[in-house]
Parts: sequence; structure tokens; C-alpha cells
Amino acid sequence: MTHIKEIVVVSGKGGTGKTSLTGALSSLFRDKVIADCDVDAANLHMILQPEEVLQTKEFTGGKKARIDPDRCTKCGICREVCHYDAISEDFVVDTVSCEGCGACYFLCPAKAVNFSTRLAGYCYVCSTSGNGRFVFAELLPGEENSGKLVAMVRNETRTEAEKTGSNLILIDGPPGIGCPVISSITGTHLAVVVTEPTPTGIHDLKRIVELAHHFQIKAALVINKSDINPQYVQEMKQYCEEKGLIYLGEIPYETQITEAQKEAKAILDFAPECVASRAIREIYTKLQSILEEL
Amino acid sequence: MRDTNIAFASGKGGTGKTTVAVNLAYFLAYSQQQVQYLDCDVEEPNGHIFLKPEMDLKTPAKLMVPVIDQKKCTFCGECSAHCQFNALVTLPKNVLLFPELCHGCGLCVRICPENAITEGEREIGYIENGRAIHGIEFIHGVLNVGEPMAGPLIQEVKRQYKKQYVRIIDAPPGTSCPVVKTIADADAVVMVTEPTPFGLHDLKIAVSVAKNLGKPIGVAINRQNGEFPPLVTYLLKNNLPVIMVLPENREIARHYSMGNILLQTLPIYIDQFMELAVNIGRLLGKTKCRW
Repeated sequence: MTHIKEIVVVSGKGGTGKTSLTGALSSLFRDKVIADCDVDAANLHMILQPEEVLQTKEFTGGKKARIDPDRCTKCGICREVCHYDAISEDFVVDTVSCEGCGACYFLCPAKAVNFSTRLAGYCYVCSTSGNGRFVFAELLPGEENSGKLVAMVRNETRTEAEKTGSNLILIDGPPGIGCPVISSITGTHLAVVVTEPTPTGIHDLKRIVELAHHFQIKAALVINKSDINPQYVQEMKQYCEEKGLIYLGEIPYETQITEAQKEAKAILDFAPECVASRAIREIYTKLQSILEEL
Repeated sequence: MRDTNIAFASGKGGTGKTTVAVNLAYFLAYSQQQVQYLDCDVEEPNGHIFLKPEMDLKTPAKLMVPVIDQKKCTFCGECSAHCQFNALVTLPKNVLLFPELCHGCGLCVRICPENAITEGEREIGYIENGRAIHGIEFIHGVLNVGEPMAGPLIQEVKRQYKKQYVRIIDAPPGTSCPVVKTIADADAVVMVTEPTPFGLHDLKIAVSVAKNLGKPIGVAINRQNGEFPPLVTYLLKNNLPVIMVLPENREIARHYSMGNILLQTLPIYIDQFMELAVNIGRLLGKTKCRW
């Protein structure tokens, strides 16, 4: 079971084309399980259009404190011990500020604090037509612990891969470099970074590559919308060489991609012969040979 | 519009939050308003790329972390049993701390029966202050690479609020706790979206986050290229006002890719931002402030 390889698609900056690329690669790779780890704003299911939800699992998030006014003696200890200023002068807990540390709960002399978990999201294992198993999740709006839900998605995905005898897991990651991203990339074999040739693109690219290297994960680069600014493409290729990244290729700006998005279709199905689709097939071929060496 | 917090969120990444926020800040500052720009996307802060502030202060952001006196420790396990974040593990002759899991709540310090734990600090990133074009006060937080605790750094950025200013707050993408922390004290939230099924899907989640917090919401549509009927239907049904529309335009993309403030190099879009400012004023009228 250790022969399962995991590839994660990340970007640092949002909106560079992670999901479009993952969606396209999903229809090219055989024998794989696909995971959407962007649990805040999952989109891949809109392209893959799962046939059937095989399993729905509830995700319980962290605990939150609530003060029972009937038992509260207004002694003020909770306000004193709370590092997050989450308790008001009239002893009401602000659930936005509450981190769920339990300090007020454990230290309240009147035992007036309730401290319980609540439903924070769902994780779905699905079947798709032609794309194999697909796992994604929905964090309830505004909830915490997205990193933990990502871990749940990844566990379910591994279980599915073992069950179905798949040797590849393809993960669509969240934007950023924080908690859910760390949870998405740790233990993977390759991070495919999708960037765009803009100053924000290169700024965020450097931070996500640093993150991958911090966790000793090999990184590969795809430059999307590559013809917007050739100067940055050059700079990115140079950066790639300096940092020893694998250069997977570039996808030119293609209006068909926007059209495909509007219909929530993978670009390879929508316009199989457009320049972007051809570029993605080349990237896929390179990925295949890299996979053999991983 | 003084002393107001205007937050920019989106759900989906890359819809143009920073572009809209930066240009509104520019427009307001150009119109003689006192503007503070706070970049709360601490994982990937980008506002400085366009506003190019001259930074004059860099402060490390720290989070409390326990320091365990192994001599006093009896390895009773109380600290690790109480820690909600699994940041402490008690072994027979040692207590291990996983600093990146620690939320700095200080419960272990208070719960230890031997008083063997004291409060230390660790760096999670830094805050930079500077001044940008037309006197815009600029602040951003930059999270250390490998550090998962974005929340406390966002709080740190928000401690820098300047009174009497219009505060433009750029939120991170997504719909979970960092976004909630960022928009929690906003007087109005501008949702920047794009007219695609993905943009709309994520917009709906972001709107419900802001609605749960009771915020007035306006929607800015970026990269509009003909009407996207499902978006129009959703906005109408939920009574959400469209407060700005920017067209899909290669020139805008090109200027963005050069790191330009749009209004500086493509001033023809000034009408859109004037309209945005007026519409935000209307949104605020529903709460506490007026122009």
C-alpha cells in the first residue's frame, strides 16, 4: 500500500487555475482517486459531476465555550484567563473570537461553562462516470479547523485508493500557505504549483515553493496564462532552475477556458484541440514519466 | 465615511479582491480621504505589490508558547490531557511540545499543579507599516512559511487600526476562520466575484458567512463578459446589490500583470470606483455611517 503516489496541485495565490488543471488531469490519468482539499470553497465536484455519493461522513470541529447565565457568579475568572478577549463584560462568549481552548471551562469555579463540539462539515466519497472515485468535503460557512477536515479527506482518499487498488491520488489543494495547505501537502510525493506570470503570481509562487521545500516535498511548476507577460515567464523559468524545480510547461491564455468554466466543464472535453488542451496533454505526458521516478 | 471598516472578501481566490481594494484605497486617498489599507491575507499578502509603500517599521508578531521546566515537571500529564490542540505530549520522562499546534491559550500554564510551566514566546510572522501614494497608511502581516497559525497574526494586523480613517481591509480567500476573523468587525463587506459557476458557488458560501455575522453586503462583479444569468438570479433572489462591475478586458489584465494601480495607468475606470464608493456609502447608511 505504500506504492500509492500522491500528487497535490497548489498555487499560493488563488484563481491561477488549480481546479481547471486538476479537472483536466482527472480525465487523463487512469486508476486514480481524486480529492478536493479546498474544503472552504470546493469547486472540483462541479467539473467532475459525481454520479453517486457512496458515503457521507460528518465532521465535528473544535469545541466552543458557552456560559450558562443561571450558574455564572460573575466572578470574572473566565475573562481573566481568556487570551482571546472572547468573553464580554456581561459574560457572553463571542463564538468568533473563541478559539476553543477550554481555559474558561476548566478554570470556572462555578462550573458554569458548557464546552461541546458541534457539526462543522461533511466529507463525501463519490463515484464519477469515467473518473473513478472522488472525495471532497464542505466545511460549514465560517467554521474552523479546515486543516483537520483536509486530513479527513486525505484519509478517506487513501482508504478508497487501497480499496480500489489505485496507485495514484490526485489532490486539488486550497490557496494560501497556512493550515489547510500544510495539511494538504504533507506526505505527498509531488507538489504541482500552478502560477501566472504576474507580480503577485511570482510573489506567491516563491512562498508556496518554500513551503513545499520546508516539508521536503518535490515541487514542479506550471505557468498558466503564460502569454500575459513574457518577462515574468522568463523570471519564473530562471527561478525554477535556481531552486531545482521541475518545469512542467506553460498554458497560454485561452478564452475557451473561461467558456468551459461557464459550463463547468473540463477544458479537454470542452475544446480538446485548443492550444490549452494540447499544452495540458504535454504536461500530463511529462507528469507520467516523473511519476515513474518518484 | 471616517472611522469605518470596509472589508473585501470573495470565497474563491483570484477574483480580484486585491485589485478592487487597492484601487478603492487609491481613489479615496486621491479624493482627500484619510485611508488606511490593511492586508489581512497574511498567507499571501499582495497589496504592497501595487501600492508600493515605503515601509518604515517591521515588528515581529509573537504568540505565547509554554516553556516547561523539566526539573519541576513530574510528568503527571495534566497539561497534555487538557490541551485541546494536541500540542503537548507527556512521555514517562519528558513532555514534548509541538509549537506549530499551540494556539497560545495559556491553559497549560494555569493547570500545571507543579507550576512547572511558564509563558514564553515564538515568532509566527511579522507586521510591516508604511506609507503609500497619496498618504495611504499601509499595514500588512506576513506569516512565516511553514506556520499554520494565520488567525493570531490577522488579529495583530487589526490591532493597528487608526482612528478617524477609512480602513480598507483585504481578506484572504476561503470561507473559514481567517475570513471570519478578518470581517468580524467590518461595517460593510464587499464581495468580489467573477461570473462563473465556481465564482458563484463560493460567493454563496462567503455571503452566508457575512450574513451570519449580520454584515451589510455589496457585490462587485469582476471580469464581466456578458451577463451570467445564474448570478443575476441569485443576487436578485437574495436582495444583494451589485455595487460595481469591471469588464473582462485584456488591457486590465496586462496592467495588473505589470503591478500597476489600475486607476493610475487606466484612469478611464475611475467612474466604476466612484460608483463603488457611493454604493458603499449607501450600504453604510444602513448601519451607522454616512459620507
